[in-house]
Amino acid sequence: MRILSLAGRRLAASIPTLLLILIGVFLLLQLAPGDTVDAMMAQMGGGDAATARELRRFYGLDLSVPMQLTNYLWRLVRLDLGFSAIYGKPVATVILERLPPTLLLMTSALSFAFFFGLVFGVIAARGVNRWPDTLISTVGLIFYATPSFWFGLMAIVVFSIYLQWLPAGGFEDIGAVSTGLWRVLDVASHLVLPSLTLGLIFLAIYLRIMRASMLEVLNLDFVRTARAKGLDETRIITRHVLRNALLPMVTLIGLQAGTMLGGSVVVETVFSLPGLGRLAYESVVQRDLNTLLGIVFVSALLVILVNFITDLLYARLDPRISAES
Amino acid sequence: MNSSRFDITRRTALLTSAAIAANVVNPFRAFAQETPRKGGVFNVHYGAEQRQLNPSLQASTGVYIIGGKIQENLVDLDANGQPVGVLAESWEAAPDGKTVTFKLRKGVTWHDGKPFTSEDVAFTAMNMWKKILNYGSTLQLFLTAVDTPDPQTAIFRYERPMPLNLLLRALPDLGYVSAKHIYENGDIRQNPANLAPIGTGPFKFVKYERGQYIIADRNADYWRPNAPYLDRIVWKVITDRAAAAAQLEAGELHYSPFSGLTISDMARLGKDKRFIVSTKGNEGNARTNTLEFNVRRKELSDIKVRRAIAHAINVPFFIENFLGDFAKLGTGPIPSTSTDFYPGANTPQYPYDKAKAAALLDEAGYKPAAGGNRFSLRLLPAPWGEDISLWSTFIQQSLGEVGIAVEIVRNDGGGFLKQVYDEHAFDLATGWHQYRNDPAVSTTVWYRSGQPKGAPWTNQWGWDDAKIDKIIDDAATEVDPVKRKALYADFVREANTELPVWMPIEQIFVTVITAKARNHSNTPRWGSTSWHDLWLSA
Repeated sequence: MRILSLAGRRLAASIPTLLLILIGVFLLLQLAPGDTVDAMMAQMGGGDAATARELRRFYGLDLSVPMQLTNYLWRLVRLDLGFSAIYGKPVATVILERLPPTLLLMTSALSFAFFFGLVFGVIAARGVNRWPDTLISTVGLIFYATPSFWFGLMAIVVFSIYLQWLPAGGFEDIGAVSTGLWRVLDVASHLVLPSLTLGLIFLAIYLRIMRASMLEVLNLDFVRTARAKGLDETRIITRHVLRNALLPMVTLIGLQAGTMLGGSVVVETVFSLPGLGRLAYESVVQRDLNTLLGIVFVSALLVILVNFITDLLYARLDPRISAES
Repeated sequence: MNSSRFDITRRTALLTSAAIAANVVNPFRAFAQETPRKGGVFNVHYGAEQRQLNPSLQASTGVYIIGGKIQENLVDLDANGQPVGVLAESWEAAPDGKTVTFKLRKGVTWHDGKPFTSEDVAFTAMNMWKKILNYGSTLQLFLTAVDTPDPQTAIFRYERPMPLNLLLRALPDLGYVSAKHIYENGDIRQNPANLAPIGTGPFKFVKYERGQYIIADRNADYWRPNAPYLDRIVWKVITDRAAAAAQLEAGELHYSPFSGLTISDMARLGKDKRFIVSTKGNEGNARTNTLEFNVRRKELSDIKVRRAIAHAINVPFFIENFLGDFAKLGTGPIPSTSTDFYPGANTPQYPYDKAKAAALLDEAGYKPAAGGNRFSLRLLPAPWGEDISLWSTFIQQSLGEVGIAVEIVRNDGGGFLKQVYDEHAFDLATGWHQYRNDPAVSTTVWYRSGQPKGAPWTNQWGWDDAKIDKIIDDAATEVDPVKRKALYADFVREANTELPVWMPIEQIFVTVITAKARNHSNTPRWGSTSWHDLWLSA
């Protein structure tokens, strides 16, 4: 119950922010030259003026901007995200279709980055300034500095073209319609390369943070006390140091969940995954206002949700935090 | 790149020679004696999803590549680029050009089992081609009625003479038929069949997963005997060009149409024995790179300045170093692939001559200032195609050398169309002009005055010339093919003399296809056709 009221308060506090973001995006897209009919004409490769006029009336683009904005907000109040111009379906349906690949990709990439970032961070901190540390830090820096589209393409070249181990793209195998466990394995095999590609950059960040935070905690008094008690090193690291060093990592995850939603545009494009990032990109190019606002809305909700979970995790890791609140 | 595959003279020879098309199945290799194999899945690269799949409602290669396998047109083009009946068996025009009678094929059924009749043709023509279809609404502007005296006859009635050869060359693109019983009730634009098409074609629509793939399966009741060969076609949505090339190499794709890969990947795969990279089969989709002059601007209203700009740019150098085998020097708005209308290169041309360009600019009164600069221009390149981006940079550098400073202003698709064709906020613009087998379909609108503001790919340069307007209007209603051809030669001469738009590069889309495919690229608009005879060797 306490959690629910906390969640409710959080959500209420974020409503003004959400509203500002939506209005901002709406106005920003008005600044972009051209509307969805122009974009459609560009896509068709030609058309005449009568067609364009007819289409503008059809999409309600002949109304004034304040009128369009008012209509939109009024619909949103009734939880109606509107109708998508490019997809010819309700925006809510379009987004729901695209949500699973994005969430899967995000979760697997984050878990991969978090787990290996943690392990390598600990190893680097344990061997600080010796060869494991230097090696891990250098490799991490390379991952961080390499653009993800290049990683993606190289992964395809190596694992799909030369070795032919993994599929080069797509979300599932279209030729063989599989069910149950086979389908899970099929989707998983399609997600390996994109998750690694997306995860590698975050891995580099996590391992740097983990290393720094481990080093800091290792020098605190309570670690010396633990050592003086005669605890063995493994127990000190896992039970005392790690738990305290995890706090900055958890903060980072909360912050980066949002970044990952956006950062996956590139990865989704390279691996032809039908995710939210690509949908957002297409809606901007196609000037599909309703869909774009819908995505902003859903992404904002997701970020709020992730941050809420992060807060709960804080309390779990450090009991002092919940006692204070 | 194997240059012999791209040899223009060889390709033109193939197209014009009537003898060859009769028995050569695949002109690339001698496979004519191979027995066609039934079965197989053909995986196609689909780069840009459209808002719908019905080619009666949207004329674009992005729709034909899918809808053209499911729905069929009245007429298509054969290997020689001549009209050949599909849903129409024969046609006849009245001497005054005001009625055209089509005899339709018997025994054709829609995928839902209902018979195909002249009612479907009449309904599609009056409600889709005339009212909704881009370019169709211009082509059929003077269509008043389609009479259906019996289920196999459709009589098109026009208010003004309609040249039969214009109609027959436009119908392959603008003549796809939809089923009346599917569309007669409700809003045509909102009809669910727009994204789940029902047609008479060799493949039946199965499934569309937005952002992922589209599937169509073999139509067992297809009207052509023993066709089609393939069991299934899968279109995979891949927006990243490099990723599409990788999927071709990994064997997950068989075909990437309409220059869907990067120039460097196409050149690379052209050397790979597993693929055929060629412009063949795309002659019906020729395009030219343009340079559009906004003549509202004082400097550009002077013909000397427009000619100086053309003389200042070394087009052969650009083609050789940036586009390679995929392009050739253009000679005007009608490309050399148009065997019916190409007037030859004997019209005013503007070869590279920097000294002449400078002299013309001096003559026009724009002497270089202290820094060598004569005046500045804003150039808006269209965002589609690598070549346009390269070409705009090349223009910028070339004009810089004769003292015209060019600022390049980049936009995305919607922004480009809005700024150039609606707001006229440009000095120079560059993009593609698509030639659609007859100059009256989408070419003369680039020069005819009185285009409504905001209509993309039309004369929005403020160009108004009574002489060229008259030639265009006369040619559009001239029913004698010989006189019509002569009028279009006059049109090109006039366009190249006055130069409101310069069209110096000719390009044909490039196809990348697996070497296992047979009966491919055998007509001028092959990527858009029904693929009823396409098969995959083992």
